[in-house]
Amino acid sequence: MSQTRKKLLVDPLVDNNPIALQVLGICSALAVTSSLKVAFVMALAVIVVTGFSSFFISLLRNYIPTSIRIIVQMTIIASLVIVVDQLLKAYAYEISKTLSVFVGLIITNCIVMGRAEAFAMKNTPIDSFIDGVGNGLGYGLLLMCVGVVRELFGAGSLFGIVILNPVGDGGWYVPNGLLLLPPSAFFIIGFLIWGLRVWKKSQVEDPEFKIQTVEDH
Amino acid sequence: MEALISLAVKAIFVENLALSFFLGMCTFIAVSKKITTAIGLGISVMVVQSITVPANNLILTYLLKPGALSWAGFPDVDLTFLGLISYIGVIAALVQILEMILDKYFPPLYNALGIFLPLITVNCAILGGSLFMVERDYNGSLFMVERDYNFSEALTYGISSGFGWALAITAMAGVREKLKYSDIPEGLQGLGITFITAGLMAMAFMCFSGVKL
Repeated sequence: MSQTRKKLLVDPLVDNNPIALQVLGICSALAVTSSLKVAFVMALAVIVVTGFSSFFISLLRNYIPTSIRIIVQMTIIASLVIVVDQLLKAYAYEISKTLSVFVGLIITNCIVMGRAEAFAMKNTPIDSFIDGVGNGLGYGLLLMCVGVVRELFGAGSLFGIVILNPVGDGGWYVPNGLLLLPPSAFFIIGFLIWGLRVWKKSQVEDPEFKIQTVEDH
Repeated sequence: MEALISLAVKAIFVENLALSFFLGMCTFIAVSKKITTAIGLGISVMVVQSITVPANNLILTYLLKPGALSWAGFPDVDLTFLGLISYIGVIAALVQILEMILDKYFPPLYNALGIFLPLITVNCAILGGSLFMVERDYNGSLFMVERDYNFSEALTYGISSGFGWALAITAMAGVREKLKYSDIPEGLQGLGITFITAGLMAMAFMCFSGVKL
């Protein structure tokens, strides 16, 4: 794998994370992370869809008239999402029930559209595929982080396997119910972004309003 | 009538698209820096929502549902799996048409909303609204049981859920306009604090969740 392709794959993981820096695809990140298993399936679905939609859009990029490109991209993405949705319903019915409309909402997940528009329309199919998978992985990584925190401290388990024995089953750990509620995902992502920006100083945003400093006397 | 009002209240507060289901979050976070732009976007979402949800409802009832094609002589055809692709097609087409109409007849409004209109196509609140409208028990869902709206219910749901979203983004913009004057830790500046604020707002909206209508 050449250097640039490796960069395409690795860059979106931390340096240019779709959720933490580009603010794309947040909806599902909040709604499906209460258990790790569901988050994992969701991440997988998004990786597949971003990778292949970038690939196909890039294949067709020279034949798509610019005036109707959004509709063409939407159609390609929607067909892929339908395939994923039907596959999940066939082979993982329980999980597809928990994911409910969020599988369908991958269509409007800005990551998919964003990569199609920003990268796949200008680059070769293989590069676009790698870029799509990379961004899907970056999304998946953040999803898994949030999922680990929420499931471990909210229910005391990981992937449904008990790690911290909860009080309800005669153990010692008092689960933090707040973490199972959807708003907690906001806090966790907020703090993750904080941590990421303490580590990577260049991602810090400039304040819009500077507090005036008073000189010492 | 009473049922429609309670449906509207439910869609605005109890099941607020932005703060209870986290739909349309990307735009919610990205375009909530100023109250004026937030209101503009909120209104356009409301308009698009109140057109697309009933339109998709018609498509579902007369084309996609099992047995819906009996008027064309195909009583056994079930096309529900085509739902996603037809809804997004309807949404994209309607947004495009709306853009052209606004451009021709209401240029000031068009100029004010200009950049947001195409963005609405990829706003998950819109597609989510259409999907929730058809959500049925065989599809299963975390939050709700069977929802099989008829046309007037779909219209009410479209308008009020769009209004709920507009309300949420306007409130968020109000908070953020004040927030920029506060002394926020460096790494939390901008996106980080916005997420945490949204979390607090979502918790506030959770107090509606016990309301039975």
